[in-house]
Formats: sequence, structure tokens, C-alpha cells
Amino acid sequence: MPFTIHLSIMVFLPLAAALVAALLPAKVGRWLVVGATVGVLGYVIAMLIDFDPESGALRYVTDDNWISELGIRWQLGVDGLNLFLIALTALLWVPATLWAALRTDERPRLFMFHMALAETAVLGAFCAQDLAVFVVFFDLMLVPFYFLIGGWGSGDRVAATTKFVIYTLVGSLLMLAGAIALGVLSTPAGGELSFSLAELEERSLGEGTQQWIFCLFAAAFLVKAPLFPLHGWVVDAYRSTPTPVLVLLSAVLSKVGVYGFLKIVLPILPEASEHFQELMLILAVFSILYGSILAFSQDEARLVVAYSSIAQLGFIVLGIFALDDKGAQGALMQMVNHGLVVAPLFFIIAVLSVRAGGSASLAQMGGMALRAPVLAALFLVVTLATLAMPGTPNFVGEILILFGTFEDKLVYGLVASVGIALAAVYMIRVFQLSMHNRAGPEARSAELSGLDLAAILPVTAVIVALGIYPQLILDRTEETTTAKIQAAIEVSDGGAGGETAVAE
Amino acid sequence: MIELAQIQAPAIDYQGLAPLFATIGGSILVIVAGLFRGPLAQRVAVPALAAASLVVAIAFTVVNWEAGDSRPIIEGALAIDTLALFLSMIFYLAGLAAVVLSLRADVTREAGPGEFMGLLLGSISGMVILAGAENLVTLFIGLELLSIPLYVLCAGQVRKARSLEAGLKYLVVGSVGSATLLYGLALIYGATGSTDFAGIAEAIGLEGVSGVSSGTVDATDPLLLTGIALSATGLAFKASVAPFHQWTPDVYEGAPTPVTAFMAVATKAAAFAIILRLFDQALVDVQLQWGPALAVLAAVTIAIGNAGAIAQRSLKRMLAWSGVAQAGYLLAGVVVGTQLGLQATAFYLAVYLFMNVAAFAVVIGRERVSEHGDDLDSIRDLGRTSPALAWSMTIAMFALAGIPGTAGFIGKFYLIDASVAGEYTWLGIAIVVGSMISLVYYLRVIAVMWMGRFEIELPTLARRRVKPLEGWSPEADARAQPEVLAVAVLAAAATLVFGIVPSPLFDLARDVGTSIAGLS
Repeated sequence: MPFTIHLSIMVFLPLAAALVAALLPAKVGRWLVVGATVGVLGYVIAMLIDFDPESGALRYVTDDNWISELGIRWQLGVDGLNLFLIALTALLWVPATLWAALRTDERPRLFMFHMALAETAVLGAFCAQDLAVFVVFFDLMLVPFYFLIGGWGSGDRVAATTKFVIYTLVGSLLMLAGAIALGVLSTPAGGELSFSLAELEERSLGEGTQQWIFCLFAAAFLVKAPLFPLHGWVVDAYRSTPTPVLVLLSAVLSKVGVYGFLKIVLPILPEASEHFQELMLILAVFSILYGSILAFSQDEARLVVAYSSIAQLGFIVLGIFALDDKGAQGALMQMVNHGLVVAPLFFIIAVLSVRAGGSASLAQMGGMALRAPVLAALFLVVTLATLAMPGTPNFVGEILILFGTFEDKLVYGLVASVGIALAAVYMIRVFQLSMHNRAGPEARSAELSGLDLAAILPVTAVIVALGIYPQLILDRTEETTTAKIQAAIEVSDGGAGGETAVAE
Repeated sequence: MIELAQIQAPAIDYQGLAPLFATIGGSILVIVAGLFRGPLAQRVAVPALAAASLVVAIAFTVVNWEAGDSRPIIEGALAIDTLALFLSMIFYLAGLAAVVLSLRADVTREAGPGEFMGLLLGSISGMVILAGAENLVTLFIGLELLSIPLYVLCAGQVRKARSLEAGLKYLVVGSVGSATLLYGLALIYGATGSTDFAGIAEAIGLEGVSGVSSGTVDATDPLLLTGIALSATGLAFKASVAPFHQWTPDVYEGAPTPVTAFMAVATKAAAFAIILRLFDQALVDVQLQWGPALAVLAAVTIAIGNAGAIAQRSLKRMLAWSGVAQAGYLLAGVVVGTQLGLQATAFYLAVYLFMNVAAFAVVIGRERVSEHGDDLDSIRDLGRTSPALAWSMTIAMFALAGIPGTAGFIGKFYLIDASVAGEYTWLGIAIVVGSMISLVYYLRVIAVMWMGRFEIELPTLARRRVKPLEGWSPEADARAQPEVLAVAVLAAAATLVFGIVPSPLFDLARDVGTSIAGLS
């Protein structure tokens, strides 16, 4: 009997648990939410085992009517493209909620509710196969994060969260307009309005229309990523966000944006993607250089990672817009890798800043490796993965991206390689300053506690495992990523030819 | 034998007229009941009668509901169709909310419960007539019947200068609006020779796309166009469409809050009832003439409303400005002059009812007990002290901002969909840009409730003295006025439910779409 997985159950499990937990005493309720995240992870693991790498088709499909008047269908599904992003989401939510369950004393029920709502929203966005459903979840994601940063953050939290939400919602609302325009304008005369992504891929749009719709989508995805020059919210948000939330914000949320490029923009707006290819590549390369250089000069450990994320996301966008099979696959691989690496990094930074007397400044740390060999070892693994040492999955991802870029866009590839070198510099700097050097005045070295280990170790283990066996991802994603960029590649190859006459 | 002039009595459909009888009859009964002294009559019987007449009206409306063309109930004057019934339903529900919210209000005591409720029902009757008007004269009668009681209600708190000022301001501005509208209607009559909507449409009647006039009036007839422009201006006053919106914040702030809540929802819906009737039914054939002008008005309204709301610390003023902006969104559905636009407007009006009632209920609940009045400070930390009120307000704000999961999102989606499909894509983008600006002030309200102390760089309102209702703690205050809490929670729940399962509302909206046959 074939194994069936109902995605709706998976998507709404955390929210349902949180609603029940809201009625229970906080002590019990928080464990219920943690349990739900573990349940989702179990679901995803079952899916990974069941997943047949041979076929690129969509599976575990849910397809029901939702709002028939607007042509919106409740369509969820899994293919090679979103499988590992869903897995990443499920994996990282477990340590994050665990961390939160043990360390949040203020209004814990509300905190756990928002964490669960966020998981539902992110899973929904990744699973969505209908553009309108994607938009709904994409916007919904912001609600819990708005509360989490504003209610439990540090420093100037309200300003930070307002900036974050306004930046991202401006993008999302533009995308909403773009999505509706896409649905309405691509409806053939006499046809039914539809937002189904599969259906939209079939329908065609004039090139001019594609271009302005592309801009609306790009605005949403680039803000979310974030990419230069739309990264204005990053610094404040990364400073103020509570650690478990920051892990999710940086590791998972940023991926939804770039995922949108692969899932929606390239297949549905191929002509526009080709038209704006150079611009996107320039933005990507700029982000790599800008992020790397600023990461090098920061004193706050969180900000080093923040800027390095901008650079990493630049790499991912570079891979996507290289419009090459290898590049796209590398980009997808790198999305997962970046998520896996950033999560333990932020947990470790949180641990370190406790040991440095509550300061996040690198100058206050130092000598942390002295009495904490496990901490140091884990940090080293993560650091090496971040700077894409051979033997780590990040190496595979970045190499694929560079291969993809070198093929057609050599110059961009060359400039981007500088980014890899810079990454080595800033990551090693962080490691040295915090772990070795002379100890800061308040700093005292201590080993990881059981809880910290429980949050950090499993994710690190996954990094190592993927470094050994990257084929796990590559095999299962190849077919789909290639299919997604096919339309854009055809446009780009057919360039001057009469092929593009499809566009009116 | 002398033959007397023969008067043909118009055919009257009494079942169709029943809801109107309920509200007008209820209004008279309530005023009579208000004459009896004693707390039983004043505090129980009067509100109960008012609520009962509204419930009866709702029941009759449900019975009368039938999709398709309009059925005349008084020949040549009033008709019912799904559009009229749908909008009446909004009026009744808003009225019901106002009755419940005013149970403990100062205005009820000062104006006398009988008078207050009687005027409220009278105003609702005017709205119902308006929504079913088939002809310019009925339209104007309905409009005046709706407006005059409202002028009095705004000034209902006779011992408060702000309330009197609001009443006077509304009277002056409202009269100017009515006069302008009347002038415009007269010119339209002059140009087309008919006061019937059907007659006007026939006189203008363009033949298909070719634009050849089958009617007797040229579409570019200056008399007709001036008439349309003046009517649009008059209606813009009523619907608080920019640049005729200036009265809105002052009147909303000064009027007793239950009246403000009623005005914000019901009056806006009534104004859109006329706008839809006049533009989408009578004048739809000259849509090419008025469409672009209204579209510009809509865009300006969206921009001004949202910009104005940013600088407000008073919740009532903020909601007033946001109401201006929302009028702009609604207008987009009219501009396109399509069935889709009509449905989207009707849908959004219903959603608008729920989100605004929820927001105003919270404002009322806090205003009565907080020394900050309706300042943002009055809801500070509400998330900790009274989560039910805070969640209601949060949902209302998210819905007004158009965040998914709420009915506000679906409503905006529908309006943008209608704009794009009606070849006004830029207006759809204007709605989106407006929503972006609106985040600043909607999110601020949420932040104040949930995120503790932080600075807002706006001058605070003066503090005032209030009698403690039930100690000073918000929990106790919320318990002390359960009816306000109930209205807030119910309206917020409706906002949420229709955001997730919008089909029932869509079914109604689809029926409404069939009411005006001439639309494409």
C-alpha cells in the first residue's frame, strides 16, 4: 500500500497544538508545542524515506476548493524543490522551540503560540502549489515574527520589529498586486481565473507585463532574503531578536524569498527573468562583496553572521540567475546548507555571550575554548562549514554555483570567488577572537550544558552527514530544479531567434 | 356626473416592505416607551424594543432574500433586490451593535434612551429606503431621513462641547453635501427627462461597444456631465471621499463613540448604496466619462486618508482617517463599473462592518474607564490585562491592514482583482501602496497593546477625570461591561472566520452581483 502523507495535517499540526496549549497551564502547554514540532519532524522524516528520487513529479498532493469565486484552490504538494526546505524547517523548529520552552519566563504561552503559528505559516508557504495560497502564508509569516521580536526582543525592539515588518510587508503587498495581476492577466479569453502554479506555467503573458510583474515579485523576495540594497531592516532586527527566533528568521525565513524565485518567478516569468538576469547577477555579486566586507569589520558576533548571511544569500541568487542546471542545484543545496549552519552559529553565539557577561561584543569574549572542548569542536565544525571547507556540504553547494556561473557568466563567477576567500577571513576571525585570544574581563569558559548540546549537536551532526553524503540532496532535487529553470534557459538560448514570438 | 381625478394607487408589496415597517414601527414604539419613567422602561424595555425591531427586520430580510432582478415594492419608488437587502442587513447589524454598545453610554442617559434609540432606528429606516430607491426623489428622501437623525445623535451628549460642535459641523457639512447632490440630481433630471433610474439609463443608453447612442441624450452632454459631477461631489461628502473628507475626523472624535461606530459603518455603507445605484445602475453607460474621474478621486482618497492617520494619537481620529482611506478602496470597486466590482464592493462593505465594529467596541470599552480617553495610552498593555479585548483589537487592525487570515485580506484581494480585471491595474497598485502606508498606524496600535513601554513621537491628549467603573483594573472593567466585550469578540471572530472560510460571504456577494442586470 502506498504511504500517504496529508500535508494539511502536517502544516496545521503546530498551530492546532498551540491552540490547545493556550488553554493548558504554561508548564504543560509549552511541551505540547515542542511535541508538535517533533511530530512534524517525524512526518518529514517519513516523507524523506518514502520519497522516490527517480520522479520529478509533485506528490502527496492536496487539491481542494478554497475560494472558488477567486479561483483560489487549496493546493499543497511536495517535489524535489521544496522537500529539503520543508525538512530544514521541521528540523530547525525543534531546537528553537526547545530552547524557547526552557528559557522563556515571560508570557511563555503566547511566545510558544507565535512560534507554532510561524511554523505553520512557513510550512504552508513551502508546500503551497497555488500562488494565492503562497501569498497568504508568505504574509502570514510576518505576524508571529512581528510579535516575537517586538514582545520579547532586546534593545529598541519595537522600532526594530516595525522596521522589519514594514520593509517585508511592503514587498509582500507589492507581490500581492503582482500575483493578482498575474492571475487575471494570464487568463485567456473565456477561461477560468486560476492561481494554480502548474496552470500559470502553461499560460503565457506578454513580455512587457511579465517585466513589471517580475519587479513586484523581486521586491518581495529580495527584501525577505535580504539582498543589497533592500537589507535596511537587517541590522536592527538581528540585534533585537531573541535567539530562538533569530535562528528561524535567518535560517528559514530568508529561504522563502529565494525559494520564490525558483518556484514562481523563473517558471512563470521566463522572458522577464532573462531580461533582468544581468541586473540580478549584479545585485547578487554586490551583496556578496558588501556582506563579506562588512562582516569582516563588525565587533558584534551576531552582526558578523548577519552580514555573512547577506553574502550567502547573494551566492544563492547568483546560482539561481546563472540560469544553469548546476547553478540552480547548487543554489538549492546552499539554501539548506546556510540554514543548517546559521542555526548552530546563533545558538553558540548566545551561549558565548552568556559566558562573556551578557555582551555580544567579540572584544569581550576570548579564551572560551579553554575549558570547553566540546563547544570549541562544534563551533569549529560550523565555522569550517560556513567558510565552505572541502568536506562540508557548503563546499559542494558553492562549487556547483560557481560552476554554473563560470559556464556563461565568467566575470560574475570570478568576482564571487573573492567572496569565498573573504568568508574564510571573517569566520576565522570570529573563531579566533572568541575561542582563543586572551579572555575578556568578564569572560569565563565553561562547557555546554545538556540543553545547549541538545539544541546544537543534532544540527551539527546533520551538517557532517551531508558533508559526507551530499548525494542525498543532489539526487532528489536534480530533476525538479532543472525543470524549473528550463523555460528561462530556453528563452535565453533562443535569445535573438524568433522563438520568443510566444510573447505577443 | 363629475368624474373625480383618477388616482391610481401604486401596487405595494407588503412583504417586501415588512423590514421597513419593522424599523419605522420600532422607532415609534421606542419613543413611546421612552416616555415611561422608571428604570425598567428606560434601561430594559427601550433597548430591548429597539433590538427586537432590528431582529425582526433582519428576519424579514432573510425571508425576502432572492437572487435575480429587482422586484418593485412600491411601484416606481422602491424596489428590493439583493443589493438593497444585503446593504440593509449591514445597516441592521450596525444598528444592533450600536444599541448594545450604547447601553451604558453617557449619550443614552443624557439624550434619553427613548429619543436616542428612536433616532437611531429612524436613521436606519432612511438607509433602508435609500438602498431600495428606484428613483431620484426617493433617493433624496431616504438620504435626508438618514442624515437628520444623525445630526441630532452626534450632538446627543448635550453637556459636552465637543459633541455639540460635532453635531453642528456635521449639520453644516452634511447640508452642503445634500444641497450639492440635489443640484446634481436636478441637472441629471434636466438632461434625461426622467427621475427613474431605469428611465435615466434608457435615455442615456449606449448601444454596445460601438458607442452609438440609442437613447435621446448624448453621453457628452454638458448638462448631464455637470449633473454627474455635482452628484458625485455631494456623495463624496457623505462617504468622506477626499477632498470632501475634512469633517470626518472632527465629527468622529466629537460624536459619542457608539454613534461614531454606527456612522463609520452604516453611513458609509449607505453612501455607497447610492453611489452604486446611481453610477452602476443609472449611469453605467457613461462609465467612460465618470470612471477616470472617480478613479483619481479614489487614489487621492487613499493617499490622503492614510497620510492623515499616521499623525493621530486619538484612536477615534485614527479610525476616522482610516475610514477615509477605506472609502478610497471601496470606490475602486465602483470605478470599474463591472459586476465583479459590484460584488467586491459589497463584500468589502460587509467585512468593513465586522472590523470596524470590533475596533470601536474596544475603544468604547476603554474610553469609559481610562483617564486617557481614546488616546493610544488607554490601550497600553491591554494584551496583559485584558487579552480578549486586545485580541479583538489586534484582529481588527490586522484586518484593516489587509493581513491574510482575516476577512480584510480577502476583501482587498477581491477589490484588487476587480480593479485589474476592469483595466484599472494602477488603481489596484494604489490600494496596495495605501495598505503599505497604513501599516505604520495599524501596527502602532498593536505594538502599544502587546509590547510594553516605548516612545511614540506624537503629542499626548490631555488626561481627564473619569468615574471608576469597577476599580481601576482593566480586567475588572472588562467584566463590568460584558456587552462591550461580547460585541468586540463576536465582530473579531467574524472577521477571522470569514477570512478563513469566506464562501458564505461570497455566495451572498454573488447574489448581489445579479441585482443590477445591465453590468458586464
